[in-house]
Amino acid sequence: MTRVLRALAPVLLLALAIGPAAHAAGSGAALTPYKASLRDKHSLQRGARLFVNYCLSCHSARFMRYSRVADDLEIPREVAKRNMLFTGEKIGDPMVAVMTKEDAEAWFGIAPPDLSLVARLRGDDWLYNYFLAFYLDPDAPNGWNNAIYPNTAMPHALHPLQGLQRALPPDEEGGPMRFEKVRAGSMSDAEYARAVGDLTNFLVYMGEPSRPARIRYGVWTFLFLLAFATLAYRLKKEYWRDIHE
Amino acid sequence: MNKTQNKSKIMQWIDARFPASKVFREHLSEYYAPKNFNFWYYFGSIALVLLVLQIITGVLLAMNYKPDAESAFASIEYIMRDVWGGWFIRYMHSTGASFFFIVVYLHMFRGLLYGSYRSPRELLWIFGMVIYVAMMMTAFFGYLLPWGQMSYWGAQVIVNLFDTIPLIGPALSEWIRGDYVISDITLNRFYALHYLVPFLLAGLVFLHIVSLHKVGSNNPDGIEIKKGKKGNKWDPRAPADGIPFHPYYTVKDTFGIAVFLLVFFAVVFFAPEMGGYFIEQPNFEPANPLKTPEHIAPVWYFTPYYAILRAVPSFAGTQVWGVLAMFASLAVFFFLPWLDRSPARSMRYKAWPCRAALGLFTLSFLVLGYLGTLPPTPGRTFAAQFFTLVYFAYFLLMPYYSKQGRVKTPPDRVTG
Repeated sequence: MTRVLRALAPVLLLALAIGPAAHAAGSGAALTPYKASLRDKHSLQRGARLFVNYCLSCHSARFMRYSRVADDLEIPREVAKRNMLFTGEKIGDPMVAVMTKEDAEAWFGIAPPDLSLVARLRGDDWLYNYFLAFYLDPDAPNGWNNAIYPNTAMPHALHPLQGLQRALPPDEEGGPMRFEKVRAGSMSDAEYARAVGDLTNFLVYMGEPSRPARIRYGVWTFLFLLAFATLAYRLKKEYWRDIHE
Repeated sequence: MNKTQNKSKIMQWIDARFPASKVFREHLSEYYAPKNFNFWYYFGSIALVLLVLQIITGVLLAMNYKPDAESAFASIEYIMRDVWGGWFIRYMHSTGASFFFIVVYLHMFRGLLYGSYRSPRELLWIFGMVIYVAMMMTAFFGYLLPWGQMSYWGAQVIVNLFDTIPLIGPALSEWIRGDYVISDITLNRFYALHYLVPFLLAGLVFLHIVSLHKVGSNNPDGIEIKKGKKGNKWDPRAPADGIPFHPYYTVKDTFGIAVFLLVFFAVVFFAPEMGGYFIEQPNFEPANPLKTPEHIAPVWYFTPYYAILRAVPSFAGTQVWGVLAMFASLAVFFFLPWLDRSPARSMRYKAWPCRAALGLFTLSFLVLGYLGTLPPTPGRTFAAQFFTLVYFAYFLLMPYYSKQGRVKTPPDRVTG
């Protein structure tokens, strides 16, 4: 067995060598690390509420169905119908924005991207930091700018919650951008950070709704294969006694 | 020995019409393989398992995939979300593609290590190389199908390589695409070819195995068991160091496959993106012909060749040299059986220049692969040029260096 393990070492090293993240970081800004969790159903439900109330009027998530969100997040269908469907959709419909593509292009210069897969494109850290990094910019066409995604076309949809902030002049060391609150929102900074965490969790969930199932099946598959490999090894040893005698 | 006596009526009926028992005997139960196969000999059977897995999962994906520029991306997400078990099938297929290359690279390295390409196994090696090229084609066609940004721009970059060929280049790349840019038309034909080539691949694997069974397997000692002592406990005419493939290597390979599946499914279930190497982040954005990504890199298994392509500077007003170097880096493999002049076949007995050369070649392949994933800088381009030279030196200087140094005498009988 030790020989097998020794022989396997190159494969494991290869896996380790190519394993570490090759996430293409979009901008140079340092990100506060954030790892989304799909375990906390209440957090995902709050994230879903934020998404439906603040994002869905402009952004679609057309690969996601309301019914799937309700079932996965343990929201009773009746509650989901009352709180998520505003314009006569059915519960089995995909989550499509109200705003048309033509209107969006006229108003923002660009159609807001579909958000079904945004978490897989940008990563957890990026999203979390993006929602925290909006600031007032008198030079920007819509009055908003973002430290993580400079010159983003998106206005700060969550500003009633966060309040308004302004960028401070950069420090000498060229450290991360710092902000100064100009007007308070309905949430404290801690509450807002939690809300942004909830929203990020929900976006990560939407990126791959099968993730919890994937990990659950993975554990059982691994245990089965471990037992199978053990049996196969014992069988091989038994047969090969003829050769090694 | 009378083999018909204990055969069932059904087997007798079949054998009178189709040589089922004969094939079973000649290729499994009485096919004598060297008894000293080590770790490196697991990867052939694992590659076969992966080919079958890719074909099965591919057919299942094709039942829900739409090769249409308007709906291809959405149909993948439909598979990932709405098709029962669709995510599992899709992740097996995407992970399987990368693992197919990992396993085949290890299988090829085994050949380099023990001289498995040497006479009389030249055709066996060439069939293997044709399989490798067919795999690369399949992977290239398949990578366009998700119709994400990296699918689209990767295909654009690779097809544009043909543009550099003098005179016919632009017409050729247009003929490949069927359009002036990668488009719906390209997607359709790549889908057709992605479905076709794996079946050619299966046929090539058959030829690979037929030629293997004609000449017999090499082994870590690189000596011919067929030329050695005769007679083992199964047959007085069989090679003394041979053991029946079935059951000895079928049980051993079953164990190897089980261990492989542990690693494979760990990735499928716990890290299907493999940190952006197996499924690249930009591919979660639908293809957009008007928006070029900042950094276009092929999938990891093509990056050594991509690094060679970029390493060669353009001169005489054309960039075709890089393209030629890239195809040459693949073509030299075919000539390997005639480049190696060492008196010994296996690295165990070859002289130090051969050992050093293989080490440097392996290093250059890995470094080029790494450099191919990164955007170029002057330092990286210099490194890529250096390792491209090392890569080609391994092959082109082999007729010289393989004759140098003192070779150890291989034993008469296999060891270990």
